[in-house]
Amino acid sequence: METDILKPKRKFSLVRALREDSAFQGIALISPTAIYMLILIILPMILVAVLSFMTRGTYGNVVYKFNFQNYVRLIDPIYLRILLYSLGVGLATMVFTILIGYPLAYFIARSPVRKRSLYLFLILLPFWTNFIIRIYAWIMILRTQGLLNTVLLNLGLIKVPLDILYTPAAVLIGMVYEFLPFMVLPLYTSLEKIENAQLEAAADLGARPLRAFLRVTLPLSVPGMIAGSILVFIPAMGMFVVPDLMGGAKTVLVGNVIRNQFLTSRDWPFGAAASMVLMILTLAFTLYYTRKAGFGEELLV
Amino acid sequence: MSEKKPALWLRIFSFLVYVYIYLPILILIVFSFNTQKLNIRWEGFTFKWYEVLFNDSNVMLATRNTLLIAFISTLVATVIGTMAALALQRYRFPGYALTESVLYIPVIIPEVVMGISLLAFFALIKFQLGLVTITLSHIAFNIPFVALVVRARLHGFDKSIEEASMDLGANELTTFWRVTLPTIMPGVLSGAMLAFTLSLDDYVITYFTAGPGATTLPLRVFSMV
Repeated sequence: METDILKPKRKFSLVRALREDSAFQGIALISPTAIYMLILIILPMILVAVLSFMTRGTYGNVVYKFNFQNYVRLIDPIYLRILLYSLGVGLATMVFTILIGYPLAYFIARSPVRKRSLYLFLILLPFWTNFIIRIYAWIMILRTQGLLNTVLLNLGLIKVPLDILYTPAAVLIGMVYEFLPFMVLPLYTSLEKIENAQLEAAADLGARPLRAFLRVTLPLSVPGMIAGSILVFIPAMGMFVVPDLMGGAKTVLVGNVIRNQFLTSRDWPFGAAASMVLMILTLAFTLYYTRKAGFGEELLV
Repeated sequence: MSEKKPALWLRIFSFLVYVYIYLPILILIVFSFNTQKLNIRWEGFTFKWYEVLFNDSNVMLATRNTLLIAFISTLVATVIGTMAALALQRYRFPGYALTESVLYIPVIIPEVVMGISLLAFFALIKFQLGLVTITLSHIAFNIPFVALVVRARLHGFDKSIEEASMDLGANELTTFWRVTLPTIMPGVLSGAMLAFTLSLDDYVITYFTAGPGATTLPLRVFSMV
């Protein structure tokens, strides 16, 4: 700045720096966040990374001796199967939320402008009730003597009650219900942006509605689908509450393994290694998909 | 997108999805008035369970804790997160790219990983788990969400109104309070609302950072299911 050149020997003043130096203002504004994130996000993450190379002591304490034991243990078929299973549940949740969420998002984007925000609001409203309560509602519906079986039995559609609760199917029902809004909102954001003119152009060029959908609408909604997939897949992969409450003992996901290692078996180093693997998997998924299609604001809904 | 009326099958499908979204909650509400304890059949209308609930001192304490944590973490995260949004949207400074990507971490890592990392961290520094650790953790996951929402609002901010304010003789502080803040207020409020909701609803992070005796409503409900 000109004044600085004229008076280069002026003493440093905090007030002046805050008023005049733009980089300094930026740093002043970001520093509370930066410091907070450093202490409560970065340091704990580094700690988990370090822990994953340590050993469990006799009393569930941590012995600080560097080794790869925990990662070797994770290659055991039991854990590999759990990992693959979690991956499968995460992907299945993603696919089902797309199958249910896409038509819904399309419907909202095609509705009259004044009704759209109401429809969106109606999707979000139930999710202001507590997550555990929503799971509990599904348990009431699905259990052997629950609402679904009572209704089906009374209608004479089934003779024996269905055992849905405490099966992988129940876990999937709970997960899809839980994560549906995370898919619908980004999908809506990208579908809503498609101009009518683009569809008219396709029609003018002779494309029938289905073809126009496949060649115009679908490709243009890919960023929303990717953003939604990330928002659904990541939490679904790490979920342990739904398998706990709805999956019974049969359904163990990697989230359950991590939780158990930290709170029941007290083998923190092994739990940390499982966390690292989970984190690497989700990060790889995120990076792969964000590279494939540029998006940004779809994540900001 | 166009305003042409959606096809019939699409309207029916969407209606069914709304039924799917609302049915479990409606059933829960209806059966909360049921006299039958196991909730299988409808036997009669009662307010009994609400009476039991409001007389349960543990539930009341958990409610107080939940609201306290949500209120404090929202307040702190909103102030700090808004500052971060301003910094990232308007300034370039050393370490910009790094802070920006660090800010996304809580959004893109599984909650369980963040939960255990905080648990391990508090254990390492021998910080007694309790209401304080829950609140500190809630602030940590709320800051990024507030920053993202406010930043989206700042995106279309017209800087000339600030310049006009300065030209008219207001200093930076007055300009901020009288011009900038009121303009971005809707963003700040929706960021705060999101933070409050996330905090109220949080189970996973709270589960790992709550010590003995510090219960929140989601933890309490989980133990009753």
